[in-house]
Amino acid sequence: MAERSRESRRRRRGVAALAAVALLGPTAAACGGGDDGGVPEINVYYAPEENFQQVVDDCNQQAQGRYRLAYQVLPRGADEQRVQMVRRLAAEDDGMDVLGLDVTWTAEFASAKWIREWTGQQKSEASQGTLQQPLESASYEGKLYAAPKNTNTQLLWYRSDLVPNPPKTWDEMIKMSQDLKSQGKPYEIDTMGAQYEGLVVLYNNMVASGGGKMLSDDGGKVEFDQGAVDALGTLQKFASAGVTNPSFTNTQEDGARLQFQSGSGAFQLNYPFVWPALQEGAPDLKDKVKWARYPGIDAGTPSKVTIGGYNLAVSSYSKHPAEAYEAALCLRSPEHQLFSAVNDGVPPTIESVYDDPKMDEAYPFKADILAQVKDGANRPITPAYQNLSTVLSATLSPPADIQPEQDAKELRGSIQDALESKGVLP
Amino acid sequence: MTAETATKPTTHRARAEKKAKTQLSEGRKQERKLGWLLCAPAAIVMLAVTAYPIIYSVWLSFQRFDLKFPDQREFIGLGNYITVLSNQYWWTAFGVTMLITVVTVAVELVLGMALAWVMFKTLVGRGIVRTAALIPYGIVTVVAAFSWKYAWTPDTGYLAKLFADGAPLTERASSLAIIVLAEIWKTTPFMALLLMAGLALVPDDLLKAASMDGATGWQRFTKVMLPVMKPAILVALLFRTLDAFRVFDNIYVLTAGANNTSSVSMLAYNNLIRGLNLGIGSTMSVLIFIAVAIIAFIFVKLFGTAAPGSEEEGRR
Repeated sequence: MAERSRESRRRRRGVAALAAVALLGPTAAACGGGDDGGVPEINVYYAPEENFQQVVDDCNQQAQGRYRLAYQVLPRGADEQRVQMVRRLAAEDDGMDVLGLDVTWTAEFASAKWIREWTGQQKSEASQGTLQQPLESASYEGKLYAAPKNTNTQLLWYRSDLVPNPPKTWDEMIKMSQDLKSQGKPYEIDTMGAQYEGLVVLYNNMVASGGGKMLSDDGGKVEFDQGAVDALGTLQKFASAGVTNPSFTNTQEDGARLQFQSGSGAFQLNYPFVWPALQEGAPDLKDKVKWARYPGIDAGTPSKVTIGGYNLAVSSYSKHPAEAYEAALCLRSPEHQLFSAVNDGVPPTIESVYDDPKMDEAYPFKADILAQVKDGANRPITPAYQNLSTVLSATLSPPADIQPEQDAKELRGSIQDALESKGVLP
Repeated sequence: MTAETATKPTTHRARAEKKAKTQLSEGRKQERKLGWLLCAPAAIVMLAVTAYPIIYSVWLSFQRFDLKFPDQREFIGLGNYITVLSNQYWWTAFGVTMLITVVTVAVELVLGMALAWVMFKTLVGRGIVRTAALIPYGIVTVVAAFSWKYAWTPDTGYLAKLFADGAPLTERASSLAIIVLAEIWKTTPFMALLLMAGLALVPDDLLKAASMDGATGWQRFTKVMLPVMKPAILVALLFRTLDAFRVFDNIYVLTAGANNTSSVSMLAYNNLIRGLNLGIGSTMSVLIFIAVAIIAFIFVKLFGTAAPGSEEEGRR
């Protein structure tokens, strides 16, 4: 009896010791990584991308022991990604080396002195052959702060069985949709209308296509000219014409995709990720759906569409900046951009990649994407973009209630406050 | 709750000293001294972890300080308070928060009382009844909020079908109703638990005596049970009101503040964490702190002497 209890006590102690090791193990390993004089460990904080780990592995191999990359997956939502990085950078966390920044954050991070400027050899490598608009999104006050990894832009997806010729302008599209509605056919124009960044992008498309401006060219002052006021009118007209999905004011990217895929839409304005999803999710629709350039304002002027995407920046608090620059360049090299475009559907920022025959199959719409990115419209480049976007989306929401002149007057004040970080964000 | 336990001994002592300094016997004095020595370490730790952040955020609220513009940091006195208190977003959020607080606490008090009664009186399967009643409180708020969200989303949700052409989370009134509903569903059990403790305080003999005197059920409830339960009810109301005033997670998940459904906590988060405006954000935090302090003050000072922290309660 006594023998057995001692035995079991010993065993219990053993289990406890094991548990302690298991608990401490990862922490100890995490702390020890990289700084023991061996291979520097470069932490890449990047949004979830299905096959990005393969790109990371490939770069590790190419580095031949100069550095070792670790892919730290950020949360899925853009806001959560930004909040996590911002919180840690504000605390001068040196555990982050390469940062995957949405194009709209670059100016903010640069102004806060959280990311390093790209100069010399690295700068020329990052900008060589890179499309102009994405490169602009990575610059602030004439200096380059990041290397564009991928871009993105929305296309018009339409049901060719209902719409023989795609519309060129918003007015035309609304008219077509109303006609379909009166004939009792699927008619909806599905796109993003929730109070968030997606609504700002929709509005920015209308402003840019109409030749309007929200901010002065240096991004420091509010301008909000007639083009911007007219775009308010276009957005209001679209939202109140009875052509949207009932959930329009609560719809984000994936919601719009599902609405269109369920068959109630005749048009969809969305990013190219909808294409592979459509192939799998709606086999009966896949042959009927075609794509075209995003609609503009005037029939004679091609649309100018907002570009999205990610840039790679090097943290100011990184302990291995030289390796971090090298790693960032590897992650966005032409071969890896091609790999990511084909496997993860993210459009490249290097023009020559579009010529590769491998792009044709995965990217049948590559010509339209390239054309739109070349004429693309960046969102206003300012460190206070997040404020601007929050204020804009609050005023634009719900779009059906916009009163162009009155809202424009209000926005001129609240945007200026937002730029100077004086006002209260909604 | 923590802040309260910290302040309780202080106020208690101050008042007690004023009144009874001379009357205290030597033994009582020693006992009191020992008491202070025993709670000193906890009080010191708490001061370090709560007082410092509070003072720091008050200090931040007097500054223009935006992380995006590190070079423009300066002391501006009450400038941020003027900005916030003259802003319509703040007052809209304040109105929404007050509305949610008043409605949820009132409904929860009634429902909680009923639930407490059921839990208290059940004879068969008491454990099962009490466990079942507490399940909503045991579910993480964010998880519950997500299931509410999907339930109210057209196409995927079973509740959205109740509305004709429904996207109830896209309208202000229905969004607020859903937020209130989610809050009530979630915290009624908490209220019931606190009230049940009060129910246990009511002596059976008192109720029997009342019914011998011919009191009806309602009279027994209002004239006998409620007065005896008053301290428990006040504690429950105080906790829930303070809690409800800080409502965040349900709104964050259900609407993210769309259609003017932000609470003051949401607004503070948006300015502080998303907007990186430490000045304005801290100002809001301080204002929320003041509002919560006022609520606590009203409960303790104006609602009778039996509230927590009052002299009555501390007496042996």
